[in-house]
Amino acid sequence: MYSVRTIMYGVRMDAVVASGIEKSYGAVKVLDGIDLRVARGSTFALLGPNGAGKTTTVRILSTLVRADRGQARVAGFDVARERHRVRRSISLTGQSVAIDDLLTGEENLRMMARLAGLSRAQAGRRVVELLELFDLREEGRRRVGTWSGGMRRRLDLAAGLVRVPEVIFLDEPTTGLDPRSRQAVWQVVAGLVDSGATVFLTTQYLEEADRLANRIAVVDHGRVVADGTASELKSRVAEQRLDLTLTDGSAFEQITSYLGTRAVGADPAQLTVGIGTDGSAQHVRGLLDEVDPHHRAVRSFAVHTATLDDVFLALTKETVRV
Amino acid sequence: MSDLAVMAGRGVRLSARNIDALLTSLMLPIILMLLFVYLFGGAIHTGTAYVTYVVPGVILLCAGFGASTTAVSVSLDMKNGIIDRFRSMDIGGAAVLGGHVVASVARNIASTLLVFGVAVLIGFRPNAGPLDWLAAAGVLLLFVFAISWLSAAFGLLAKSPEAAAGFTFIVMFLPYPSSAFVPIDTMPSWLHGFATHQPTTPVIETLRGLLVGTPVGSSPVLAVAWCGGIALVSMVLAAFLFRRRTS
Repeated sequence: MYSVRTIMYGVRMDAVVASGIEKSYGAVKVLDGIDLRVARGSTFALLGPNGAGKTTTVRILSTLVRADRGQARVAGFDVARERHRVRRSISLTGQSVAIDDLLTGEENLRMMARLAGLSRAQAGRRVVELLELFDLREEGRRRVGTWSGGMRRRLDLAAGLVRVPEVIFLDEPTTGLDPRSRQAVWQVVAGLVDSGATVFLTTQYLEEADRLANRIAVVDHGRVVADGTASELKSRVAEQRLDLTLTDGSAFEQITSYLGTRAVGADPAQLTVGIGTDGSAQHVRGLLDEVDPHHRAVRSFAVHTATLDDVFLALTKETVRV
Repeated sequence: MSDLAVMAGRGVRLSARNIDALLTSLMLPIILMLLFVYLFGGAIHTGTAYVTYVVPGVILLCAGFGASTTAVSVSLDMKNGIIDRFRSMDIGGAAVLGGHVVASVARNIASTLLVFGVAVLIGFRPNAGPLDWLAAAGVLLLFVFAISWLSAAFGLLAKSPEAAAGFTFIVMFLPYPSSAFVPIDTMPSWLHGFATHQPTTPVIETLRGLLVGTPVGSSPVLAVAWCGGIALVSMVLAAFLFRRRTS
């Protein structure tokens, strides 16, 4: 027999559906109507600056916090009315590392495995697998308090995977990590998707969203300001960008005021400004002549393919730093 | 139930490895006992050898102080991200807090035995029968259980582990204005009311009665009522505070 939930869930194929989520803390409106849809088995990134509402969204979807308004279903269950069933279908790895420093890596994982309902024997096997998978085997018997930040973060991720759930929430999994540890985490996350799980991650790093996610939603001030695949988002800005470095402050003033809204961000400290282009020699030459007819204002230039940073900064209206 | 067992195992491990806290909760009662017996004891007249009089009080102080550190453990859990992980795994407050309480009881059984050992070394000679021992252990367990739950509730109330540590001081000093170290009738009369009726006095009088055979009067009933009451109120309060902290 199939339950209604199985049929609905199966047909819709959405691991996460949220509509009109609002949340205020005191007078501060943190979420102002978040709508999301995440397909099963995909990796989804919620991208935004600090304070955009990413963590609050994750906390609501993982049943830790109740929304003031709006509805959300995770793995087919309502996050407000079916909390316990949602919790049995998810794992959450939050922003602060959730492991015990006084326990060893093994002990931490075994505890989580037992709490997740694994038998003693199953837990033992899973701990070995996870330590291997996260490259922590050698350190497994040492207390976590003596580990490096990158290793602790990897253990934290491992602790969220003692049982592979339907939906995995990762709240800023690489914040504060060195580049090598970040690479290691990325590999693990990529592997999770192969296991069939849905991954919902938040990040402030565009590169991370670009690397890992099938779909990205950009949030700012508690609203989704754009969503789509990485390439869809990139196509929202010019494919290529001409970056100019100008000779001095007055040249900077003159050219940015001439360009007006065509300027893709401008940095007065670095004397740089970008302009959209198709990247052809003819167009670039024409642009240079147009903005600097006397050949005095532009010191150097470079042509870049648009990055998600451009999209992000354009959408969240922040100053571009090139 | 199995969640509680796992969480209790965690609590015991964390307690055993928190060397600083463990040493403090062991050394403090032992040093106090030596201090009272050898430095102040000569000047305090209780009608028996002072060591016989003071040990039940020191045992209670040891157990109370040890149990009160539960507030710090609970507060640390609430501050760290680990509580979010437990909740997202559907581990409820009963298992999280219960684990700390069970660990506290286990920890205090160990430290009480140690303090007892030192007491015997310096001349404490209880004349209790097997049933008296059993009853004394029961009263002490109930007291530790009650103070542990009270501490857990306080740990949920405190905004930070540092604030939660303040609770240990209250518990540590509560036995002083009681019959723990000096007979109440030697205190100023305005203090008699508090010292006689505060919860630690009947517990100490009961322990003293069971271990060294002093008359107990209504103390055992009062002790059980106090401890049971504190435990019950604290558990309800803790459940309420846990829900408030996590929603």
